[in-house]
Amino acid sequence: MIRVALPAHLRTLARIDGEVELCIEGQATQRVVLDALEARYPMLRGTIRDHVTGRRRPLVRFFACERDLSHDLPDAPLPAAVATGAEPFLIVGSIAGG
Amino acid sequence: MSGVRVLVGTRKGAFIMTSDATRERWDVTGPHFAGWEIYHLKGSPADPDRLYASQSNGWFGQVIQRSNDGGTTWEPVGNQFTYDGVPGTHQWYDGTPHPWEFARVWHLEPSLADPDTVYAGVEDAALFRSVDGGQEWQELSGLRGHGSGPSWQPGAGGMCLHTIILDPSDPGRIFVAISSAGVFRTDDAGKTWRPVNRGLRSEGIPDPDAEVGHCVHRIAMHPSRPRVLFMQKHWDVMRSDDAGESWQEVSGNLPTDFGFPIDVHAHEPDTIYVVPITSDSEHYPPGGRLRVYRSRTGGHEWEPLTSGLPQRNCYVNVLRDAMAVDSLDSCGVYFGTTGGQVYVSADAGDSWAPIVRDLPAVLSVEVQTLP
Repeated sequence: MIRVALPAHLRTLARIDGEVELCIEGQATQRVVLDALEARYPMLRGTIRDHVTGRRRPLVRFFACERDLSHDLPDAPLPAAVATGAEPFLIVGSIAGG
Repeated sequence: MSGVRVLVGTRKGAFIMTSDATRERWDVTGPHFAGWEIYHLKGSPADPDRLYASQSNGWFGQVIQRSNDGGTTWEPVGNQFTYDGVPGTHQWYDGTPHPWEFARVWHLEPSLADPDTVYAGVEDAALFRSVDGGQEWQELSGLRGHGSGPSWQPGAGGMCLHTIILDPSDPGRIFVAISSAGVFRTDDAGKTWRPVNRGLRSEGIPDPDAEVGHCVHRIAMHPSRPRVLFMQKHWDVMRSDDAGESWQEVSGNLPTDFGFPIDVHAHEPDTIYVVPITSDSEHYPPGGRLRVYRSRTGGHEWEPLTSGLPQRNCYVNVLRDAMAVDSLDSCGVYFGTTGGQVYVSADAGDSWAPIVRDLPAVLSVEVQTLP
């Protein structure tokens, strides 16, 4: 079970309270987690990753286990603590704007 | 009893304001989509309870929201705006080719007849259409594929398609306006397009009377006279009597002919409204006095409308999509400011009063006249 924490705007958009829990088959990667998240909440498509390229939007960041995973390859394994649900996978809107 | 519903998009959410026909006491709900930029929201002429809203921000991109109950509840629908084929390039600010990139939806224009059909004008400039209530969007790529497309350049606010006018007398005819390319018209429901900018003259471009490249801020039409168009250009207020084939300047005695919105009285096709702004480098009213100007002669002769509007220390702007008219017997006129005020006149502009004073900067104002 993977725990995913979304920023407030996306929780509101998807009508989510608290964290999302996802059951993942096989290796947990950014791509697999985000695919599962978007399958459950289709309104999130295009808000975290570009529709066409699948790339992370520029002002979105992925953190976990006190590390910035934003620049990891999408098919790289997530940390074991994320894969086991001990630590959440954090989707963060970067600090910017007014 | 008849009434009105005013749909206001702001930098930090949407607000909905309703009143009976007196337009004196208002119920205000919002912010809807709090914290997001709402460039535009508009109701279907065929079903007033069907609304569409463009919700976006720099972090999470574009969302389209749809309501089936007049804005009480909303549901996100499709947000994939993918250019048709190989996107190609347009000109960037420095003159270099720049790939077409979707940024946001500036304007949503529901069909006159079908609540599930809606057009979207986007940045980088293109026109999309949905025929399933906003779930799926297809580009009408004949517009961007017009031979001039690679020469289009962004204005200061981005290269946006900001105005969509559907001809009520001819389902095949649509006008769009792009900053800063100009006005384009289709007569075959969007398959092919051609620029209709003859008569425009813009000093800020290398060829002042070029076929394409003018920074058109807004165009407006009265539904009873669809061949007559009015335009607020970057500078100049213009009029066409032949569906855009030719344009004549009608700025007349305006104190300045720079501005953004222009609109037409609901019952008087020759009564038009603009909000003069000092200049392209000073986006506020001349002298700090907020004045709507009205022409009852289709241009040339203008009168300032000041009753109820601040006549000192007012340095707001009124953006291109932030003016609207209702169709009650005594035509109501509405506009919103970058200072967060939304003003209403229930007597065609003779007198004004604020509905609200302290919203975030207003990006768009639409009004629905309810039975």
